[in-house]
Amino acid sequence: MTTAALAEQHARQSHPAPSSLPEPGYAARLAHVSKSFGPQQILDDIGLDVAPGEFVTLLGASGCGKSTLLNLVAGLDRPSAGEIDVPGGRPALMFQEHALFPWLTAGRNIELALKLRGLPKSERREEAERLLGLVRLRGAHRKRVHELSGGMRQRVALARALAQDSRLLLMDEPFAALDAITRDVLHEELTRIWAETKVSVLFVTHNVREAVRLAQRVVLLSSRPGRIAREWEVGFPQPRRIEDTDVAGLSVEITEQLRGEIRRHGRHD
Amino acid sequence: MAGTTEDRRDGERTAAGPGGGSGADDAAGEDGLAGLEAGLDALDTRTTTRQPLGRLLREKVLPPVLAVVLVLGLWQLAFELHLKPDYQLPSPKMVWDALAEEWYKGTILGVVWQSVSRGALGFLVALVVGTPLGLLVARVKPVRAAIGPILSGLQSLPSVAWVPAAIIWFGLTDATIYTVVLLGAVPSIANGLVAGVDRIDPLHLRAGKVIGATGLRGLWHVLLPAALPGYIAGLKQGWAFSWRSLMAAELIATSPELGSGLGQLLETGRSYQDMPLVLGAILLILMVGIAIELLIFAPVERRVLRQRGLLR
Repeated sequence: MTTAALAEQHARQSHPAPSSLPEPGYAARLAHVSKSFGPQQILDDIGLDVAPGEFVTLLGASGCGKSTLLNLVAGLDRPSAGEIDVPGGRPALMFQEHALFPWLTAGRNIELALKLRGLPKSERREEAERLLGLVRLRGAHRKRVHELSGGMRQRVALARALAQDSRLLLMDEPFAALDAITRDVLHEELTRIWAETKVSVLFVTHNVREAVRLAQRVVLLSSRPGRIAREWEVGFPQPRRIEDTDVAGLSVEITEQLRGEIRRHGRHD
Repeated sequence: MAGTTEDRRDGERTAAGPGGGSGADDAAGEDGLAGLEAGLDALDTRTTTRQPLGRLLREKVLPPVLAVVLVLGLWQLAFELHLKPDYQLPSPKMVWDALAEEWYKGTILGVVWQSVSRGALGFLVALVVGTPLGLLVARVKPVRAAIGPILSGLQSLPSVAWVPAAIIWFGLTDATIYTVVLLGAVPSIANGLVAGVDRIDPLHLRAGKVIGATGLRGLWHVLLPAALPGYIAGLKQGWAFSWRSLMAAELIATSPELGSGLGQLLETGRSYQDMPLVLGAILLILMVGIAIELLIFAPVERRVLRQRGLLR
């Protein structure tokens, strides 16, 4: 990206908040967050900062409360204890299923998010086209959701999430239901779009390689209750490939640790 | 369809890519990705095509026409065999003549219109009452607990049972007829909406919340459109209940001030022991029901289902 483009990016980002308040140094901050459903504790004392523009993956086995954690950050549920601060306003959230509205066309799904964000009607069409172009679906505006393939649906869902113009994008295993080739392509797309938009991403997955392939930082959660077990900084430059040797190497190390966490439960029960 | 040609073009472009491009595919990772993606999209895209007219006629129009012809044939046969005396079992021709006679009297359109306009007005009022009622029952838990079971129960109560009560309340007036129609249609419409809301994918409600569709905006942009298929099914049933209730009311509540609808025509036929007229009136009532279904509800329902990919 050129310096001019970066400067423009910066200008556009600081535009919505013209107040003189100092920018907080994080896109999301979780402090001592716990969550229980009845007697069962799901999350225990989670402390996590996501820096502006950072890509963090949350990794864990089933029952680690990954999705619960995302719901808390998204504001769909409240923590039983602790504080969650998301200074950029309501975060965008992408689900494992596309969650697009089948009564609207692909373009209209995006336009609805733009409308609810408060964008005037005259600008919506053009902005929706731009977002569709960003996920390489220019021309799919009038397509019905059921006419799109799984990968295309997730790209429209990504465009709809980006339409919220939130500075934090939460992703709940968004590619888990796709075939391997499509998933691979969407990894590349997400990396590209993340670099272009400088949005902060908190990405939940149970796929170790996917976590390492995408993230700057991988956070491993233990299960029942979910606690932060360990973190890894992923230093290799993007673009990476899921089959790169350094991605594979770190994945082996993380998988060992993850297996250790899972084994611990076998011993307890 | 526009979509089909577009996809085909996409497909051709991808197919031509590796052969036509002089190794550019490998050179720029960006282009390679775009091409790969275009290929995946082209391979995975499903397009819905409409059936050709000939096949549509053969599969959708021919069978019911054959069924009607068969029924008419059996009817004529029963008549020829004199299973019953003529005044009890007239031939199709005699029923047709009775209807033609009414037609030449110039009253038949007025009679049909009297009933259809009453049915339509009653249905529209039921829609206005039943929709908010259904929403309340669907979304407010105490309301649901309180009147949900009563509403479902009312649906199975034949609305003709209300006719004596309505006559005692309102005498032989239009109010009596509309009361019976409303009591028949409102529960169906409200219950249809409740069923529609209950069947909404919870994921859509969450997705709506995430993009900021809360409160009234959530109702308008997510809840109502998501519940639309169930709601339309409820409307269809609501119309059927309006129409039946109306016939019951017209049949029982006959008086000169109430004018002459199809129910009254039936009653006239019965009092004159005019079986061809009675059967003719029944046919008219049936045909109005079928016409409303085919001309109004079926197209709306097909459109909604096709948009959502729920119709092949």
